Amino acid sequence: MTALLEAADLVRVYEVQRGLLAKPAFVRAVDGVSLAVSAGETLGIVGESGSGKSTLGRVLLGIDPAAGGQVLFSGKPMPARGTPEWRKLRAQMQLVFQDPLAALDRRLPIAEQIGEPLIIHGLVAKADVKDRVSELMAAVGLRRDQAERYPHELSGGQRQRVVIARALATEPKLLVCDEPVSALDVSIQAQVVNLLRDLQDRHGLAMVFISHDLKVVRNIADRVAVMYLGRIVEEASSEDIFVKPLHPYTQALVSSVPVPGRRLKSRIILQGEPPNPAKRPSGCAFHPRCPMAQPPCRTSIPALRTLESKRAAACLLLDRSEVPLVT
Amino acid sequence: MLSFVLSRLLRAFITVLLVMTFAFCVLRLSGDPAQILLGPDAPQEAIDAFRERWGLNDPILVQYWAYLRSLLSLDFGMSMRDKSPALQLVLERIPTTLQLTVPALILKIGIGIPAGVYAALHRESVADRGVIMLAVLGFTMPSFVIGLLLVLIFSVTLGWLPSGGQDGWIHGILPTLTMSIGGVGILARFSRSAMIEVLGQPYIRAASAKGVSWRDVVWKHALPNASVPIVTIVGFMIGSLIAGAVVVETIFAWPGIGRLLVVSVANRDLAVVQCLLLVIAGTMVLANLAVDILYGWLDPRLSRKSGVH
Amino acid sequence: MTDFIATAPMNTARPGLLKRIRTKVPFLVILSLLWLSLMILVALLTDWVRPYPVTKMDLSARLAVPGTPGHWLGTDELGRDVLSRLMQSIRVSLVIAFGATALSAVFGTTLGFLAARFRGIVEHLVLTLADFQAALPFMILALSVLAFFGSSLTLLVFLMGFYGWERYARIARGLAISAGAQGYAAAVVQLGATPARIYLKHILPNVASTLIVSMTLTFPEIILMESGLSFLGLGVQPPETSLGNMVGFGREYLTRAPWIMLAPALVVMLTTLSISLAGDWLRDRLDPTVR
Repeated sequence: MTALLEAADLVRVYEVQRGLLAKPAFVRAVDGVSLAVSAGETLGIVGESGSGKSTLGRVLLGIDPAAGGQVLFSGKPMPARGTPEWRKLRAQMQLVFQDPLAALDRRLPIAEQIGEPLIIHGLVAKADVKDRVSELMAAVGLRRDQAERYPHELSGGQRQRVVIARALATEPKLLVCDEPVSALDVSIQAQVVNLLRDLQDRHGLAMVFISHDLKVVRNIADRVAVMYLGRIVEEASSEDIFVKPLHPYTQALVSSVPVPGRRLKSRIILQGEPPNPAKRPSGCAFHPRCPMAQPPCRTSIPALRTLESKRAAACLLLDRSEVPLVT
Repeated sequence: MLSFVLSRLLRAFITVLLVMTFAFCVLRLSGDPAQILLGPDAPQEAIDAFRERWGLNDPILVQYWAYLRSLLSLDFGMSMRDKSPALQLVLERIPTTLQLTVPALILKIGIGIPAGVYAALHRESVADRGVIMLAVLGFTMPSFVIGLLLVLIFSVTLGWLPSGGQDGWIHGILPTLTMSIGGVGILARFSRSAMIEVLGQPYIRAASAKGVSWRDVVWKHALPNASVPIVTIVGFMIGSLIAGAVVVETIFAWPGIGRLLVVSVANRDLAVVQCLLLVIAGTMVLANLAVDILYGWLDPRLSRKSGVH
Repeated sequence: MTDFIATAPMNTARPGLLKRIRTKVPFLVILSLLWLSLMILVALLTDWVRPYPVTKMDLSARLAVPGTPGHWLGTDELGRDVLSRLMQSIRVSLVIAFGATALSAVFGTTLGFLAARFRGIVEHLVLTLADFQAALPFMILALSVLAFFGSSLTLLVFLMGFYGWERYARIARGLAISAGAQGYAAAVVQLGATPARIYLKHILPNVASTLIVSMTLTFPEIILMESGLSFLGLGVQPPETSLGNMVGFGREYLTRAPWIMLAPALVVMLTTLSISLAGDWLRDRLDPTVR
């Protein structure tokens, strides 16, 4: 099976300047990530802030250049950012932003913004742009009479629908959603997630869904990758992750998701500082907060290894099957 | 902090170099420097000797290098009018200009800042409105209008003060006043808005909520924070101590730097113009440098985060 | 009446246009706008409305006081009508100020956008140039250029066009970078738009209001700068006349005929004051950072 999107060993390094003459420091925001997404599939990426998940999303789309590794889209390597080929490829891959208000131009009516990709890529005759925009607006649940509204005249959920409509205008094959609902009210979140799921079913597009919120990811993703300090620490089907998390970090995350009818008694509360990519701990990056850390965790970095069918995790203890399973 | 100072020094150096380059380019673009610097009626031998001495027959880059070297050895050429070194002419005039600009600066700071701070502490009061009006007037009235109005009132109509010349301190009163009125307005307006902005900050409310007396809030919390932007503009004023008197010196026939510049421009005495340009730019750059460093000292965030984005 | 307005829904008959303007715009701003319109009208129509040709001398009526029939603002030392000369001066000064403001806005914004687009060396170059401009008082810079090249109207407009460009460049650069970093511009890049489209269709309209506000700051400063240079006799040259140049020549007759100098001085003051007042008001309305 060939994947639509394939990433191998991606590295993204930020240079942090500490003054004109000081040596710059390097922060590895994404550190050796490999993944694959097939057509029609949704991959969820979960992690805390600072885990590098948004950066990963941008590298996957070729918006940020990778310092190492390679992204293949439909089997072809990603062209360099800003080249005509790169621009052309945008019609096939789109990004949905976290903050829809910031992602929209506040001086243009929304219909014009939704139609903009069509004009940029010359996909539809100028006369037909309007019809196509109406179609798109209907598809994402916006009323026809809202076409001439400006972004600030809409609610947060409606704005995100505008962003989604714009992203879908060129009928892309891949949609990367970077925290698409975390800026929205909880009551609206479900609507937008359902909309994304419907659209995916209808158009068969592949999706990378980035979120810090496991609940949301569970609703939409087929597979989930858990990130910690720039690395994937566990990857499995959505079902397996929730029922049988293997990595201690995943276990802690899963245990914090409330389940109806069950008390949050067994919740694992992580100790220590939240991860800081500028001060990466030695060995397994998670060891300072890991409730099960052993001396070797401090020195050796665990590799992501395939454990059962179609799932993988990166923990030294798993190799010795010492991790107790949370049920 | 050291790297902060070094980076500012580097920028100052580049700026001075740019000003020199600018003077070089303009001089070359405007025609034959020998002809211009020696004047139209210079004999051919003098022009040839000049071209030889300044290497005007060399390639342009060689000339540029020689030009920079001569500037660095403080050789700015001769004034074609006085036949004396341009630098000497310029340096002679500096104290005369400072006699006007330094008292004017003291007036600006002494009146402008307290007036602005007072207005900010008593917003919407009569005093506040007065300060705003004065500030707007000072900002929009050209100094030649202020100067001529003062002459009209105090010299022509009342006959109290002399309208020009440089003969004792009494001659300095009108020019100093003219120069300070606009600056008082600008500084008052600036201090007022800086102070109002600081007074709106959460830490001021926190301090007064804690029970710190209003007097202490103003003196210990608000003023030090408001001083940061005010220092910038004062620094700019210090930088223009030498340059800021062109119009006023002309009105009052005060024989300072500004007058020298206007006369030299009118006579196309280019060696003097070029020398003035470099001396003025040099003082401005030094003042900006000092302000930048003072700024970094007043606002520790700046020096530390310089360059980090 | 007040009750009616308070309770009236938005779509019923609105109060008359004049009334709405009066309630929404402060009185001083109205006065400023009226004065500015008058100045623009004078500048446009001076060829048709001025009573005498600018250089027409009437040696029998030299230094006539204001109020003299036929010479309402008096005459100068050569018997030329001050009102006529004033009108022509307003035109010249406004033309220079408009031309220079437009030049400096276009030049500065373009450099700012280039700096934001290419970063690296281009950005350093632009910022260094801006430093250079800030290091020299503009008056000095202008004087030395005039010294080397001599004065002409075209040179003067171009020279003044360098006034304040660094302000636009800094603003345009800052806004474009911040737009490109997270906001709508990044989103449009991601849609596959070309840089030209991003800068002209998206960023420019978004920063336009801030740039216009800067123009209201630069415009009066350019008027002051030009009149200062002309006052020194190094700007607009006779027989052409401008506001500063009139003040400069009027200075000689300060004791005998102060009106020659007072009339143009008053016009300069009122015009810069009006632009500042109107500009302040405009800034409150347009600048999104205030809202």
